[in-house]
Amino acid sequence: MNAPQEAAAKATPWQHAIHAHLVAAGIAQVGYVPDAGHTGLINLCEADNAIEATVLTTEEEGIGLLAGAWLGGQRGALLMQSSGVGNCLNMLAFAQHCRFPMLILVTMRGEWEEFNPWQEPMGRASGPALSLMGVAVRRTDDPEALPGLVGEALAETFARELPSAVLIGQKLIGAKKW
Amino acid sequence: MVSGTATGGQLDRRAVVARLVRDRGQAAVVAGLGSPTWDLAAAGDHERNFCMWGGMGSALTIGLGLALAQPSLPVLVITGDGEMLMGMGSLATAGAKAPANLAVVVCDNERFGETGMQKSHTAYGLDLPAVAAASGFAWSETVRDEAGLEALCGRIYAGGGCGFASVKIAPVDLPRVMPEKDGALIKDRVRRSIAGNEG
Repeated sequence: MNAPQEAAAKATPWQHAIHAHLVAAGIAQVGYVPDAGHTGLINLCEADNAIEATVLTTEEEGIGLLAGAWLGGQRGALLMQSSGVGNCLNMLAFAQHCRFPMLILVTMRGEWEEFNPWQEPMGRASGPALSLMGVAVRRTDDPEALPGLVGEALAETFARELPSAVLIGQKLIGAKKW
Repeated sequence: MVSGTATGGQLDRRAVVARLVRDRGQAAVVAGLGSPTWDLAAAGDHERNFCMWGGMGSALTIGLGLALAQPSLPVLVITGDGEMLMGMGSLATAGAKAPANLAVVVCDNERFGETGMQKSHTAYGLDLPAVAAASGFAWSETVRDEAGLEALCGRIYAGGGCGFASVKIAPVDLPRVMPEKDGALIKDRVRRSIAGNEG
């Protein structure tokens, strides 16, 4: 199998559905800090020639990256896990003041069947922290509902010109396997 | 006790930035918050100036996203040593992509100039161009004099690959020259100039 075929084979149906929404919305840049729950979607984006995927050292870099993409006429999405939300707060202030749109997809940790208690405080705070910073937040534990919410968030962020986030519940992803 | 191994700089920051943008044409310029924003404003207004008043540590990633979006447009990031140090990881991120149309110039006074001239890490010997080189930038250098600045300006617009320079400037606190303050207005002006109403 070539890389795109391999990426397609390993991704879950909901990751395929999100990728299709990103393509339909004209997302041209994706920034990510790897997370196990995002692996399939990251691979689909990396294998997609229409998407420039950029690995980041910390999530806040993604806010800058996608602001730059917007200055250049491109739309972007940022993939992270819930601990990364805490790294982004000052840059979310920047995005709000300047009105930069972007989709933020957050895979949740610190909730359903979490084995690592150090993940719990930031997981619990991720949604409220995003709301506090002016980001429109949706969340779901239902893989059937998830693609529709992503589509809504994409339409909303580019209409409002402010970031929109979708939190993907840990129960939907499944507990991290070791 | 304060120790330091760096030698400091002599160049005038306003003259450096004015020279950097003199021959820019339609290049986009991102100025990091603090003195580089005042320096770029002092050099004159331009519809493709993205002058930052916040978001410390992100000037380089903004330049990176813009350079990736518009591969044929030269993108110049002008920032300070303190701002660059807050985004050290972004050197790794930019180096991994290394777009040929991106250049970064750090106006390095080895100080946190906006907050009382406290010494920054470059005053203690941190070598930013070495970090850029190790991160994958195609070229990097330290500039200490007028001749070096002239050579740097040639390299930036020659399309010779993703570049990085630390220009050693004198640690002086100059009067602020303030550009437009409304971030949404600044953003929309730059974006419309570059991309029309795309996106």
